[in-house]
This record gives sequence, structure tokens and C-alpha cells, in this order.
Amino acid sequence: MTDLTHMTLADARDALKAKTISAAELTEAHIAAVEAARPLGAYVLETADQARVMAKASDEKIAKGHAGPLEGIPLGIKDLYATKGVRTTACSKILENFVPQYESTVSSQLWRDGAVMLGKLSNDEFAMGSSNETSAFGPVASPWTPPNWSTEKAKAALASDKKGLLVPGGSSGGSASAVAAGLCLGATATDTGGSIRQPAAFTGTVGIKPTYGRCSRWGIVAFASSLDQAGPIARTVRDTAIMLRSMAGHDPKDTTSVDREVPDYEAAIGRSVKGMKIGIPKEYRVDGMSAEIDALWTKGANMLRAAGAEIVEISLPHTKYALPAYYIVAPAEASSNLARYDGVRYGLRVPGKDITDMYEKTRAAGFGPEVRRRIMIGTYVLSAGYYDAYYVRAQQIRTLIKQDFEKAYAAGVDAVLTPATPSPAFGIGEKGGADPVEMYLNDVFTVTVNMAGLPGLAVPAGLSADGLPLGLQLIGRPFDEETLFSLGEVIEQAAGRTKLPEAWWA
Amino acid sequence: MSVDQATVRRIARLARIAVTDEEVPHLMGELNAMLSFVEQLSEVDVTGVEPMTSVTPMAMKKRVDQVSDGGYPETVTGNAPMTEDHYFLVPKVVE
Repeated sequence: MTDLTHMTLADARDALKAKTISAAELTEAHIAAVEAARPLGAYVLETADQARVMAKASDEKIAKGHAGPLEGIPLGIKDLYATKGVRTTACSKILENFVPQYESTVSSQLWRDGAVMLGKLSNDEFAMGSSNETSAFGPVASPWTPPNWSTEKAKAALASDKKGLLVPGGSSGGSASAVAAGLCLGATATDTGGSIRQPAAFTGTVGIKPTYGRCSRWGIVAFASSLDQAGPIARTVRDTAIMLRSMAGHDPKDTTSVDREVPDYEAAIGRSVKGMKIGIPKEYRVDGMSAEIDALWTKGANMLRAAGAEIVEISLPHTKYALPAYYIVAPAEASSNLARYDGVRYGLRVPGKDITDMYEKTRAAGFGPEVRRRIMIGTYVLSAGYYDAYYVRAQQIRTLIKQDFEKAYAAGVDAVLTPATPSPAFGIGEKGGADPVEMYLNDVFTVTVNMAGLPGLAVPAGLSADGLPLGLQLIGRPFDEETLFSLGEVIEQAAGRTKLPEAWWA
Repeated sequence: MSVDQATVRRIARLARIAVTDEEVPHLMGELNAMLSFVEQLSEVDVTGVEPMTSVTPMAMKKRVDQVSDGGYPETVTGNAPMTEDHYFLVPKVVE
């Protein structure tokens, strides 16, 4: 049965269509794998009964020849997506009992196309984090084990506090861990500053953050609305292309979703990249970058050159300001978005002596330390007397960051190649304890893309000297996800598919 | 710029998050770490630069101003901690 959980989404789709496997058996194999992997903590809610009903319906549709593009494909859903009648918490205590009465647009499109829901996946609380350690359900372990750890040692850590095991990245850590561990064929995720690409890079999986406006944000718990985008994590570039086609599209319920046709992204796989101009931004060669990451980047450029692309050095001069500007814009928007958690209409309520006391006690009890910190910094930068100095300035810098990319694209660059992360995955409990900024630096290569609203794809490109996955990032022109899929597959083919870990946890 | 303990309390009040006396010094340290990290933005020349309002240029879509959904108060109040007759209940705000 393990074969079924290690197929690619594309192969499973073809086997279902050819009726060599059934949706019911594919789903059963995944339900068993999910149950056996509970100690990893990737799923915060399993919906096995619902999955069985959906799989049965898929088999009937396949038999009648009415299969949708994702018919019978078992997926995991990040717990930031509202799922009708299925508890959705954003992995926060303040939403611990929230059962949405509606379905997010993106997940509804996956069900429309025949996908099967296995359950809800862990994430950093309200998607604020880069290691999945801020989840109210506790940390998620990566299926990759730390260098030189025996299976016994890893199992012992998994049975206790998980300390020392590797983080899957964040905020979409449950999604990345589940995809890498064979607990679904693909997963939904969201990306505000790197939350799809960094976990994909840490786990040897593929993730794409589409252009801002490509996917509807309706029904996805909001973090920073001008930066948030939905996207998939899967095991191959092709699999993410298949998923994105179903996830993308115009939605009248989200005014920032773009009314623009969704291309057949899968058709971009295998398309020639000959003659494409790939920019290498010199400002991404940051101080203290490891020789290993630098070498991986050069290797990636050589792979694209070997496929006929032209490699050019470019300059994105405002790169270093993207992360600090992000830590004004994102908390400011979060402080406003999270004002709705007041203990009145839904979620946790702690009684108080008057209404203000009730609000204050509810929010103190319901939000974890990272969320509270970001709401407070956001409140501060928006407060009277500081708005211009912080918020307006950060939005001006955001304009400059976007202009940097526009100049490169105007000069004929088709896509930009960068490392996805400054290092391979680190250990649970290792970072951010004393200084929150230490954790934030994880997103130094990914955050520019959100600030400029561009599409970005993370693809595995090799292993570190210690045997851990490392990823590269491709950044595209607005709404040119297709070029990223074509280039990403070239790197995937040249680097060879990453061999994912065996199920040591079971 | 940095914040002192009084400012931390003021921000917490504005954000409607209760903080204890023991938490204030720790929060002050964390907020100041973030503020010192963003301090480098002051070295950028932003003269004449338009602040970003929409990352993807598009015309604001408008809808007709009419009721398009509703008529199910049980569903709307279904997740509320306290309700009565389809109303959300809150502590008394007017004497």
C-alpha cells in the first residue's frame, strides 16, 4: 500500500483515469499513512469519514466518465482555509472551536474538480512564523531527521517534546511535512512572506506562491491582506501546476482577485526555456551566506544555462530593505485584521467586568506570544504620530522594491533565480527564543516577492553536505506562472527528484 | 526610536490585549528589537515616492448595493460564545 502514498499526483490521476487504482483504495492508503504519522503532528484534524464518502463519489464519477481534473486525489488543507462544517482554527486558541458555515473559494474549487479532503494541516498561529512552532497544537516535525541521528533517537524525541528534530519550516509547516512524508498527494498552503516557499525548500518539496490576485483570498483566515496569497505544495513541479489550475481564478467575493483566464499550467511543463534571460540579483549574495548555498545557486544557474537559457547579472538595489519594511506592513495589516477576534461573534470569550475588560482578557488568553507581539508592533506603527514615519515610509519602500523588479523585466529578464532560504532546516527549539528577528531572517530571500506581488516558485535543487534538502527560488513576471513551471521543471530534471525519507516514524 | 514601559502599556491598551506587570519589561525588549531592526529604513531616500496602495494595478470592482444573501440568523450566530434570540450578547455598555 505504501506505493500509493508515494505516487506523484499526476501519476495517481492517470492511474485513476485508467482505472488501474480506485479512489477508495488510494484514499484508504492515505488514511492509514496519516494515522501512522500522528506523532509528526502534521494534521490537526483528520476527516477520514468525509474522505471515504468523497472517494466513493469520485469512483462513481470516474465509472460514469464524468471525472474532474483532480478526481479522487487525496489532499490536505491548511487550517487557515475555512471548510464548511469542519473545524478551522488557524492553529490559534482564539478560534479553537470555530466551525465555519461556509467554504473558502479555493478549497471549494478543489472539491468541484473532484479532490478528496483528508483533513486539516497545522500551521504557525495565524500563519505568523517560519518554523511551525507557534501553532497552538504544538510544533510539527519534519520527516527529515537531523544529520547523524539514529531512528531510535528520532523516535524518542518524537515521543517527548520533539526538541532537536527538524522544523518543516513555516508557516505552512503541516502542509510541507505531510507532502514530504507521503500523508497526501498535495496540500494547500498560503504565503505572506515566504510561508509556501520556505517550508517547501526545507522539506524537499515544491511550492508556488502565485501572483497577488491569482487566487481568491475569500474564506482564508486573513493575516496581511495586501500580501497573502494561496498556493499549493506538492512533490513535483508538474503536481503544483495541476493543483494551481484548480485553485486559481476570478472570484466576485474577493475584489483583489483578478478577472483573467487561468492557463493550462501543466502544458508549460517541458516547454523549451531556450533563449530565456534569467537574472541573478547580486544583492541576494548576502553577508554570511554559506558557501554551500552559494554553490547551489551557481549550480542552478548552470542547469538553466545547459538548457539554453541566458544567465545575466542584475541589480535589485532595495532588496535589503524588503524584510524590515515587511515587518511594518505585515504587522500593521495584521493588527487591523485581527481586531475582529473580540469574543463576541465567534471564538474564545473570557468574561470581564465590562466590555473592554472582556476584550482585553479574551485577546490576552486567545493569542500566543508571536501573534500578540505582531499585533502590538502593528498597533504602534499605525498609532498617531508614528504613521508617517513607519507605515507610509514602508509603503514607499515597497514601491521602490516593485520598481526594482519592473526595471529588470523591462530590460528583458524573463525570470529571476535566487536561493530559497539562507540555510537548510534547523532544529525545533533552536531559533528565535531570545530575539524574534533571528527567526524573521529566514524569509530574507522570499519576502521581496510578496512585497512586489510577484509569483515565486521554490524547487528542490540538491542536498546539503549533511544530507538535508536545499531549494532554489524562481521569481516571475506578474501572472507568468507558466515560465516558472517550465524553468522549475528544468531544475527538477537536472537535479534529480529528491528522494524523500522512509517512514521511520511509523 | 524605542518604546518605554508606559508606551508598551499604552499600545497594549490600544490593541485591547491585557498585559501583566511581569510581562511588560519582556514585551518592551521584544518590541525594541523589532524597532531597531526596522530602523535601517530611515536611510532610504523616499522623496517623491508614491506609497504603494495596490500591488497589482487594477480598477476597483464595484457591486450593486443590494441584499444578496442572508435570512439565516441561526447560522450567523452559530459560532458565538453567547446569544439570545439571534442577538450576540455582550456585557452591559450603557447604564
